[in-house]
Amino acid sequence: MKRCLAAACAAVFLSAASPAFAQAKATIVGVPDIPVTSVPNFLKLPAGDNLGESVAVATNSKGNIYVYHRRDTTRLFEFDKNGTFTREIGKGYYGFEFAHSVRVDKEDNIWTVDEGTNLVTKFSPQGKVLMVIGRRPPAVDGPVIAPAGPNTPAQKYILCRPTDVGWDPQGNIFISDGYCNNRVVKYDKNGRFVAQAGSEKAGTALGEFNLPHGLQVDERGHVWVADRSNNRYQELDNNLKPIKEVTNLGTGWTLCISPGPHQYVFFSNSNPNGNPPGSWDNTGEIYKAELDGTVLGKFGKPGKNQPGFQVVHMLDCRNPNEVVLGEIESWRVQKYMLQPSPARPSAVR
Amino acid sequence: MKHMSTKLSLALSLFTAALLVPNRMLAQAGTPTMNFDSVNPLTLPDDIYLGEVGGVATNSRGDVFVYTRTGHPTMSLASARPFVHGGSRLFQFDRSGKFTRELGQSVYGFLFAAQVRVDPQDNLWVVDEYSSMVMKFDPQGRVSFLLGRKPESIPNPGERGGGGGEGGGRGRGGPPGAGAPQDVFNRPTDVAWDAQGNIFVADGHGNARVAKFSKDGVFVKSWGQRGTAAGQFAGVDSIAVDAQGNVYAADAGNARIQVFDNNGTFKTEIKNVGNAQAICITPGASQVLYVSNSNPPADLDTGGEIYKMRLDGTMIGKFGRAGKLPKEFGTVNAIDCRTENTLYVGEVGNFRVQKLTIH
Repeated sequence: MKRCLAAACAAVFLSAASPAFAQAKATIVGVPDIPVTSVPNFLKLPAGDNLGESVAVATNSKGNIYVYHRRDTTRLFEFDKNGTFTREIGKGYYGFEFAHSVRVDKEDNIWTVDEGTNLVTKFSPQGKVLMVIGRRPPAVDGPVIAPAGPNTPAQKYILCRPTDVGWDPQGNIFISDGYCNNRVVKYDKNGRFVAQAGSEKAGTALGEFNLPHGLQVDERGHVWVADRSNNRYQELDNNLKPIKEVTNLGTGWTLCISPGPHQYVFFSNSNPNGNPPGSWDNTGEIYKAELDGTVLGKFGKPGKNQPGFQVVHMLDCRNPNEVVLGEIESWRVQKYMLQPSPARPSAVR
Repeated sequence: MKHMSTKLSLALSLFTAALLVPNRMLAQAGTPTMNFDSVNPLTLPDDIYLGEVGGVATNSRGDVFVYTRTGHPTMSLASARPFVHGGSRLFQFDRSGKFTRELGQSVYGFLFAAQVRVDPQDNLWVVDEYSSMVMKFDPQGRVSFLLGRKPESIPNPGERGGGGGEGGGRGRGGPPGAGAPQDVFNRPTDVAWDAQGNIFVADGHGNARVAKFSKDGVFVKSWGQRGTAAGQFAGVDSIAVDAQGNVYAADAGNARIQVFDNNGTFKTEIKNVGNAQAICITPGASQVLYVSNSNPPADLDTGGEIYKMRLDGTMIGKFGRAGKLPKEFGTVNAIDCRTENTLYVGEVGNFRVQKLTIH
């Protein structure tokens, strides 16, 4: 009870400053712990080099690791599967100001979502720009003051602090957009607008969002959204019609869906920015679940030192037993080895 | 006020752009569609990225120059006056598309790429919309001649009329957009020359005038103000001069190209070209005019095609549409037409240059 009160106080305190940072304790009970080990010194940077806020991490089919992080400028680094730095992509690129997400598609193209430039960019595996969605507000218009009052109407091809990107098996593109719109947008594989769910307005009904902060698409083409300030996740069908919500796993910061015939969903109830008193005790854990919503287990807890988390902002689960985690506040990427889940009777699926 | 400074006004301007759709729909329906091919003509080094392409131009040897909005436009926090640096770069490629060099590194006036053009002597003319400068580089890549002056600083965020910014040239009480009788520009967009070397500056997005200078940079005259009547502009988005010295000023906001004689006397207008954001006139004896009905960045589903026409406005054909694929266009801002049926096209939306062959 005391703990709940502390969390509630923290939430109230935070919401006064910035509602987006409120954090909820998960209400699910009886979830078993998944045994994990953290790989020490996973990423090896050149001597003297550092990561910044490691908000985004993804792997490709070869095991290469991409870290899109906020440093002197926002940078995109590539590491090989052993964690050794191999190259930088997008040095000086116009679409990099404030990293939010990086994801790798089936063809190993690398997609960045930049919350500062409002651009989603598709890079080839070689690092060449293949497609740009959205437009960076032109510098010639001068410093842009966020207007008070309601958000301006959402536009088909202009994003407003977008947060994440995913694709269905047909290659349609889905973008969660974002901090100043509150919608999910579907584009076809050539970048043409198809549909949106939500709008510029925040809402609590199914199919509405309040800070859609993470997005993944499963093999059925269903779109999963971390609906952060609504403290839930939503599952939408391929045409963005809502199917269900998940409300008992705390605040929906980010999620990951593993590939392959048996897909798992990872949900992160990340501890909040600033780590207010008490938040380490009841946030920060990551849940592993079946696509039908059955929660299999949880792992992880906050801490400044490894293997603790300091605000997991994105996780990669290409191999559901080797999860790669990017953290905002410890400027760090960790790799967690998870004890595999026991095989499920196929009837359950 | 005319200088959009809030997200709201940006949204309003995009909304206004959306209202232009009917104008763009006016673009000629009976015009034959031309076949064309597209290739990506440029090979970029791994650490060079194009952003929004303001300008692309070729010189007499076939070298390709790209002036692009890339990198990180930066506002320095230094004093009560915010200073702006960087945000655009100028790259050179050889005729095979191989990267040759970067020009104008660290140049003071490279902020927001508007256009690059190459004159008959192979000098490069770079127009920057944020520094409000026209910068001439000799073929060796050295600054050799300047028009305009970069504003010392920009207004403080949220402060009305603060700092020194806005590019000046507000006309000192004259008609809106008419500018001042000098080389003080407000968001210039383009430059062209006549056979005598007189210089014509499209000025532009802040002002709404054409300014003429002698080849030595002496102010001759300017004409235009904001409006819709003949000789008035919503803005001057692109400019070209034909062999007779007539001046073609693209007035995209009014969905037309206005044609003036060499002294700025209105002759005619070419309608039905939609959002004429980029124009180019071929060299040689039998000249043709290319015009892009550029889609606004917020809309990929209407417009975007390029028109080929005679100088009197008679349509020859059209090709392309808005989109992100090859042979589609994302807000074309530049056309190079040194060779009549081989065009280089620079796009704002797709961060690329396409080389087109028109059949």
